[in-house]
Amino acid sequence: MNQLLPGLYVPGDSPVHRLDPRVKMGAVLLLMMAPFALRGFWGYFLLSAFVALISVVSRVPLLALLRALRNLFWIGFFMFFLYIFTTPGQPFVAWGGITATWEGLLAAGAQIYRLCLLVVMASLLTFTTSPVQLSHGLEALLAPLEGLRLPARELAMVLTIALRFVPTLFEEIEKIAKAQRARGVDFRSGGPLRRARSLVPVFVPIFVSAFRRANDLATAMDARGFRCSPHRTRMQQLKLGFQDLVATLVVLGVVLAAIGVEQLT
Amino acid sequence: MLIQVENLTHVYAPGTPFERVALRQVNLQIAAGEQVGILGPTGSGKSTLAQHLAGLLKPTAGHVLLDGVPVHSAPRDHRLQVGIAFQYPEDQIFEQTVFREVAFGPRNLGLDEAEVTARVRWALEMTGLNSEVMSQRMPFTLSGGEMRRVALASILALRPRVLILDEPTAGQDPQSRRRLLERILTWQEETGLTLIIISHTLEDLGHTLERLVVLKGGQVVADGPTRHTLSDSALLNAVGLDMPEPVKLLQTLRQKGRKVRTDLVSAAEAATEIAHVWGLPPPPGPSPRRGGEEGRGA
Repeated sequence: MNQLLPGLYVPGDSPVHRLDPRVKMGAVLLLMMAPFALRGFWGYFLLSAFVALISVVSRVPLLALLRALRNLFWIGFFMFFLYIFTTPGQPFVAWGGITATWEGLLAAGAQIYRLCLLVVMASLLTFTTSPVQLSHGLEALLAPLEGLRLPARELAMVLTIALRFVPTLFEEIEKIAKAQRARGVDFRSGGPLRRARSLVPVFVPIFVSAFRRANDLATAMDARGFRCSPHRTRMQQLKLGFQDLVATLVVLGVVLAAIGVEQLT
Repeated sequence: MLIQVENLTHVYAPGTPFERVALRQVNLQIAAGEQVGILGPTGSGKSTLAQHLAGLLKPTAGHVLLDGVPVHSAPRDHRLQVGIAFQYPEDQIFEQTVFREVAFGPRNLGLDEAEVTARVRWALEMTGLNSEVMSQRMPFTLSGGEMRRVALASILALRPRVLILDEPTAGQDPQSRRRLLERILTWQEETGLTLIIISHTLEDLGHTLERLVVLKGGQVVADGPTRHTLSDSALLNAVGLDMPEPVKLLQTLRQKGRKVRTDLVSAAEAATEIAHVWGLPPPPGPSPRRGGEEGRGA
């Protein structure tokens, strides 16, 4: 707790926070697919500008978004080398058997940028939507698949519980890590093997307590007669409002415009 | 001075919506061999202070010095002179045998095997566990009380000069609670270590320790001899703590016109005082230890 965890809800009261989770999830899905239809500069420009606008409106701290991007570092790093060396084209560095090409450099930049955009969009969803809302939204979106024997309710519940315990687990990890540091564990020095081994005294207790917690929670839910029955009612009903309609139209408009701009140029 | 806390301020998650000031401008000095209780309601910053004393947190502002050296940035071995047991220390157990669990700290110190074995044996005996029987048992098969003691032994085995216990008796029944506290005080006497116990209830440390530091809202609101603090009803009210029962009784008697002392915090002391004022023979039971500060009669 008390920490900004990667990808976790930042409470707030912005227009983005207040949107219906189903609308937000649908919009993000659409926006995440859009980059795959884009090739040129103007489409990306429009999409990026829109994402930037949402970030500002949602009042999510910039630091939080940057932290989400930081997780991409290694993937980006590998992608970069993969693209510059494997894309055929005009070489700018030839060196032994391998050549790096200008086209590769461009492709690498575009792909990494695309990935960053996806992560920012996904983060904006999880930053502005509480875990409970997220799982309600998921349940609603998966509900049509119930007919195909997909257990939408159970999936949504599993997700809610998992998200609920992320901060708890982090808190626990922090506490145990401190306790082991006080017993002389040094997480920061030594080679990779030694460092990996220094995590054992942290993760064994975490697993033990995670299983205990899971057991306790199951007992508590059982004791209160919990069942994933279709007749369960909710305290908060999801209701679409005017702003949800507007948001849907805006997102659709932006995506279509981004694709359209490509056709024009 | 062994420990010096100077203008210590700690802010959690600065610059985020979760920002919270846990400690503000705390000043504290603890001499070698002292017994100090740190008391305060939930959220008063006790645990944060404890972690600072053990060098596990970086001060937002101010210093925590151990022998004049900032304990957070000092080399590891300097920091390890402070042992700390968190709340529910049994949560940190991870080894397959009790022996290995307790030996973990000493091995991290780089001691040779003979010394490690000696320390494990010593630490287990100190916590009242039979080292012969316990050494090869699996920690996860022990009872809660035994696990707690194994965890405490694993910290004692580091032979710290300063021992910090965060709510050492949380979740234990009154009898184990009392025994554990007695044992802790025995270690303190036998090893001369500096003992710091943190709690939110007086029952845990009220009348057992010489000095009491009271925290509220991240600030030190009282620091002095335990009996002074515990008979100051205005102060106790301000921090939301109940006066110990013996003090309540003595104060009631005093209001009714009996000339009794009101700064006696343990039941045994109070009983002796009442018997004395009424001219009765002293009550049976264990006589108060350490000049009438310690006893805990029925």
